[in-house]
Amino acid sequence: MSSVQIRDVRKSFGNFEVLHGVSIPIEDGEFVVLVGPSGCGKSTLLRMLAGLENITSGTISIGDRVVNNVQPKERDIAMVFQNYALYPHMTVADNMGFSLKLRGAKAEEISKGVNRAAEILALTPLLDRYPRQLSGGQRQRVAMGRAIVRDPQVFLFDEPLSNLDAKLRVAMRTEIKELHQRLRTTTVYVTHDQIEAMTMADKIVVMHDGIVEQMGSPLDLYDRPENQFVAGFIGSPAMNFLKGNVKVNGSAYFEGPNGVKLPLKSAPANSDGKPAVYGVRPEHFTIADDGAEAEIVVVEPTGSETQVFAKLGGEQVVAVFRERHQFNPGDKVRLKPDPSLVHLFDDATGKRM
Amino acid sequence: MAILAEPSVATIKRTSMWSSAFQSRHFLGAMFMVPAVTILVLFLAYPLALGFWLGLTDTKIGGAGRFIGMANFVSLAKDSVFWLSVFNTIFYTVTASAVKFAIGLYLALLLNERLPLQSMIRAIVLLPFVVPTVLSAIAFWWIYDSQFSIISWVLVKSGLITRYIEFLGEPWNARWSVVAANVWRGVPFVAITLLAGLQTISPSLYEAANLDGATNWQRFRHITLPMLSPIIAVVMTFSVLMTFTDFQLIYTITRGGPINATHLMATLSFQRAITGGNLGEGAAISNAMIPFLVAAILLSFFGLQRSRWQQGGRD
Repeated sequence: MSSVQIRDVRKSFGNFEVLHGVSIPIEDGEFVVLVGPSGCGKSTLLRMLAGLENITSGTISIGDRVVNNVQPKERDIAMVFQNYALYPHMTVADNMGFSLKLRGAKAEEISKGVNRAAEILALTPLLDRYPRQLSGGQRQRVAMGRAIVRDPQVFLFDEPLSNLDAKLRVAMRTEIKELHQRLRTTTVYVTHDQIEAMTMADKIVVMHDGIVEQMGSPLDLYDRPENQFVAGFIGSPAMNFLKGNVKVNGSAYFEGPNGVKLPLKSAPANSDGKPAVYGVRPEHFTIADDGAEAEIVVVEPTGSETQVFAKLGGEQVVAVFRERHQFNPGDKVRLKPDPSLVHLFDDATGKRM
Repeated sequence: MAILAEPSVATIKRTSMWSSAFQSRHFLGAMFMVPAVTILVLFLAYPLALGFWLGLTDTKIGGAGRFIGMANFVSLAKDSVFWLSVFNTIFYTVTASAVKFAIGLYLALLLNERLPLQSMIRAIVLLPFVVPTVLSAIAFWWIYDSQFSIISWVLVKSGLITRYIEFLGEPWNARWSVVAANVWRGVPFVAITLLAGLQTISPSLYEAANLDGATNWQRFRHITLPMLSPIIAVVMTFSVLMTFTDFQLIYTITRGGPINATHLMATLSFQRAITGGNLGEGAAISNAMIPFLVAAILLSFFGLQRSRWQQGGRD
């Protein structure tokens, strides 16, 4: 187990820079999730950490050692690939024991390591099978087993759940988290799925277009997004954004599209009349008499909650209610955002105000 | 309803023989097979059967033969030229195939790396395969010529040797020379096919092996070779069959000479049957190739049987 330091790392392919100076501190035993839309550079960063891509500038260190010029096999890391990369001509046991075999370990030592990992992942009855004879979830577990056998300094996961069906994905998510709680190995996990990031991470790093937008604990990111991108990326359904102006006229309020008046707890200093983006999460709407009038468009009940799509000042917003209201399309309701839970972003820069 | 239905019943009755025949899966299946079966029987089965029969007769060109049983084979068994041709064929096949495999695999591994002008280099590698065999054989004939050989000329001019090499005048020189020509011609097929095989191996397997701590050699030994083995089996079976039955190169370059040193079974068969007129004897030599070919095919059949790791499904 080891800490990892990523300092001002850049990556260019030819003249095209895909990572523009990324710095991420990772503590010993931490579970860090790199999350972002495709093309944000998260997988490239992971591959650089593994040593599969060169580092154009900046440094990556594992423990106290700068590994920029260290061969992948000498970095003491294990990676779980998106397509698992299991050796098709080897049995499960051989797949898991391959690294030990290459290291020149004795047969006894190999089978001990393999059996230990197989027990952790409940793979013992499958040890003699070939990858072709396994289901997706089983292959996924073998790929993790191969990583566990190594007993590495750092685990790397590259979108490991994206080839699984929805139900299995949820089950494996829990399994990976459980595994980390048990082994406490420093883990870097790449995904484009913010739910995976929220549920598994000790620390989330939100990446976008080759830079780190924000890092922090899942709930920090949810409660205090630094900018409009993070605000829109974290949370499902996504945060509603309404353009307009901050007004300080006696008390502070927000003038939304078509003059709709939305509450603010307080206005930032010198922001009277400033164009801004008003962000409110779907779950922070309530029905109240002093709310803004909205017309319901679509109602989607899921049982535990109801998603309501409505027109507010001509803009479509989504609200989520846990209590069961009787809504019908075309109904007029008064939606009120909880003023202590709304977010204001600068219209020009997207930064939190 | 009843009135309307009557005429259609009559129509069905009239066409029932044909339509029911065409409804039948077996009849239709047989119909679809007719063209293929005709071609196979006419151009493969019939000549093969005729060859078998000819080998058991003393047919000469211009005369009908009579059945003489195994007499051709008995006389061949005492024929030193025949046994020399068997030796030559095996030597030619084994050495040429081994060298073709080695060079082909090397080239395939090389071409699988990222190279500048990659696709152009791949196209160039394929060239020897595209040139008609007889043309390339004539080119080799000139390269090996006792007076005009470019190889000898270069070596003499550079002062490495003083006399022109007798490429086709000495038995062993001639054997190695035709092997070299066959290798030149056969390498592209092996190289390109193995390259196709290499490209089906997922790069992430190499990355995983790299992280697992494998050296270059270990990656080749534990990933490339086992993953490539099914394709190697196919390619080498083809290569061995084509080399064993080679005729054009030898016949153009040496005609079996010097003193039968490069006669293969195929060229000897042609010489005895067509040039010499002894169709029966020539056919017997051809028939003698069959056991070797069957052995090669059986070997590859067992080699090609899918290994357990290639089979899908549970258990």
